Amino acid sequence: MHGPPPQPPLKPKDYKSDVKPIWCAGCGHFAVLSAITKSLAQLALPREQVALVSGIGCSSRLPAYTHVYGFHGIHGRALPIATGLKVARPDLTVLVTGGDGDGFSIGGNHFMHACRRNLDLTYIVMDNEVYGMTKGQASPTTPPDWTESKLTPHGTGLPSFNPAAIALAAGAGFIARGFSGDPSRLTDLLTEAIQYPGFAFIHVLSPCVTFHPEQKAWKQTVHEQTQSTTADRVVAAQRLQQDDRMATGLIFRTPANAKAQAVGTVQPATLEQMKTQFLTG
Amino acid sequence: MDRKTDLTTTFSHSVAIIGSGGSGVVTIGKILLESIARFGLYALMTRSSGPQIRGGESAIMLRVAGRPVDSLDDHFDILLALDWLNVERFADELPISAESIILRDSDKGEVPPHFDLSAERQLSIPLTQLAGEFENGRANMVGLGLLAQLMGLPLETVTGAARDILKRKGDAVLASSLHGIELGYGQAPGKKTITPLTQPASPTTRWNISGNEASGLGAVQGGIRFVAAYPITPASELLEWLAPNLERLGGELVQAEDELASINMIIGASYGGVPSLTATSGPGLSLMMEGLGLAVASETPVVVSNVMRGGPSTGIPTKSEQSDLNLALYGLHGDAPHLVLSALSIRDSVFTTEWAVKLAETLQTVAIVLTDQSQGQARAVIDPPTSPALEGKRKLAVEHEDYRRYALTEDAVSPMAVPGDPGCMYTADGLEHNQLGTPSATANDHQRQLDKRHDKLTGFDYGDDWAEIGGAGDICLITWGSATGATREAAERLTRAGYPTRTVAVRLLSPLPIARFSAVIEGTTHQLVVEQNHGAQFYDYLNARKMLPPTADSLARPGPLPLRPQEIVNRIMKGL
Repeated sequence: MHGPPPQPPLKPKDYKSDVKPIWCAGCGHFAVLSAITKSLAQLALPREQVALVSGIGCSSRLPAYTHVYGFHGIHGRALPIATGLKVARPDLTVLVTGGDGDGFSIGGNHFMHACRRNLDLTYIVMDNEVYGMTKGQASPTTPPDWTESKLTPHGTGLPSFNPAAIALAAGAGFIARGFSGDPSRLTDLLTEAIQYPGFAFIHVLSPCVTFHPEQKAWKQTVHEQTQSTTADRVVAAQRLQQDDRMATGLIFRTPANAKAQAVGTVQPATLEQMKTQFLTG
Repeated sequence: MDRKTDLTTTFSHSVAIIGSGGSGVVTIGKILLESIARFGLYALMTRSSGPQIRGGESAIMLRVAGRPVDSLDDHFDILLALDWLNVERFADELPISAESIILRDSDKGEVPPHFDLSAERQLSIPLTQLAGEFENGRANMVGLGLLAQLMGLPLETVTGAARDILKRKGDAVLASSLHGIELGYGQAPGKKTITPLTQPASPTTRWNISGNEASGLGAVQGGIRFVAAYPITPASELLEWLAPNLERLGGELVQAEDELASINMIIGASYGGVPSLTATSGPGLSLMMEGLGLAVASETPVVVSNVMRGGPSTGIPTKSEQSDLNLALYGLHGDAPHLVLSALSIRDSVFTTEWAVKLAETLQTVAIVLTDQSQGQARAVIDPPTSPALEGKRKLAVEHEDYRRYALTEDAVSPMAVPGDPGCMYTADGLEHNQLGTPSATANDHQRQLDKRHDKLTGFDYGDDWAEIGGAGDICLITWGSATGATREAAERLTRAGYPTRTVAVRLLSPLPIARFSAVIEGTTHQLVVEQNHGAQFYDYLNARKMLPPTADSLARPGPLPLRPQEIVNRIMKGL
């Protein structure tokens, strides 16, 4: 038997497609795309064994820019699509990408339940605190006093969500924060997240230079977290309530086997055996 | 028989059993149904409960015959009342005639005026008192014995069925139940009796199955191995049947956080190559519409089994209605062609659901199967169901060079790659796209992809399974779904009375095979479209497609009361 000829290892660019991104020049998402392809190359994952699922929004366009299997779904539903795919095809490496509006507003319920369900998925949210695709409306992570949107001329007046704290409360076992401005650190976080055998959430600060030009200053304000990763949910909760939401790194990681266990098994059966349950006595 | 008798006569015995919560009405029904099956007859058993879903009063309606039973009769021959608590909630579901017989527990109060037949048609037995004379005695078992005696079922058949159904309850309960049945069976008969059931010469293989179980079986026979769903009345039993049975077959069921999640989960699983289904009812189907559009646009096969209930909004969750047709046909935004099917009986729920899965897989589209509460939550003794001939497999990608997911092909179905398939990596998309799947907003790509998604459905040969056609004659009754049983029986009575009547029960509601439909109603002079909803949704749909002559009439009546054969007969007779 002749096996296939040996293939040279795949490079990050081999995971990219020829489709040109629709993103604005200077958008943080370019660096996230690069970090994802670098991480896939680092892990030497066969392209056909990787699936990238997204919803709707600027960042949700990402699957089309990769050369792996992809699903560009509908607004807010990336996690359910990925959940079905992963349950049906546990052999695949499934990544989910999206933005803050897609993940925390319209898809908020799925975010909580995906954390709780703890399937082996990597959820990468590119948070720029704005709906960019629809030209700059406030999202759940927008500061309350942001008045640039005509839709909320007085600001939302609402406290912004703390996504990492929500993930922690909902039971996620792997919670990290990354920054598009530090792609090499982001690549490392992604690689660790993909390898984590449970639900891994990476909150990526990824500036929108068009509707939040002030986010260019994140280069200065984002910093590596000062404490090491904790496996203690109480410690993590306290940190997440106290930090400036600009600290990057792997915040929380529980042992991989901390997955909830279901109870009991059933006897396998064929269709013919199954039909006998309906026979009258 | 004179003409009037021909129009009204039936071929069956109908029994209703009523009682308050905890009185054991449902247990009687289960044992009786199994007894009838073992005796060799067919039966249909529907269940009605109060508005509270859990607990409270309930009623069992059971119709027995020597041939398959797909609908309830016009009235009940026997009414067994364990008590009369809250009976007014059911009174209009329990039509009785002057010939009916009431069996009642004389320890539980007087007969309400609505049911007040002459004294000789009432058999009053102190069921509660008799049951109190032995340990663990239950009035319902005494009542069951009495009922079985009146119907002419052999005692050993009933005790045999009871033994199997009650064995989980332990020896003490079983022994007292059997004693109760024997005690009731031994009571002196009343003045009026009914013709006893006759046993067929040679017993054959029969199934005892609910409509929801039948839909579940059809799903797994079609190849469904992934289900995601959110609990909802009256579809939950379908999911509860699927959960363990899918697992036994190596599949999986996920209880989703809501219906938005369920529909998208099955899209994800199907994209992964595993045939997938969700089950729901009206409110859930409403929530799934955006996801269904995604499945249509991305050409990801999925099946939705929608067990209809009274609507709109929360409506009447525990009662039946065929009122989700418009939603199933028109609920998706944009031009989103898809399949809509209806199961014509409990037995047909197996065939139709299996066919829907196979069609969805073959055509890479959405199939919505409409059943309803009156089918889903009812049980029947049936002949083993049949399967569609269609193989029903996905057209998979074979070319691994220059793969185009949405390629324009002869039959408009594009080869579908499955993750894991090297060389075919593509991104499925709900955005309009070109043949590669790359988002495109050009007029040309939109037109071609719209055409393709339309043509693959209309160009397919669905064969003869699109409808069940019966009889011949000038009168034509056109119906769908659960209304089929009563409609067929009406046609039979009309034909017997000298008014030959044809029935067309449509299984494939969309796309409707127009030429075949026209051929079937060709030459008929009276057409009546029968359905159980307020808005005449099917009638309007057929008219919108110019499928009916201007004289065609509509019999559209909302739930919760089941359509009965006589109201269909009366409607035709009025127009002749």
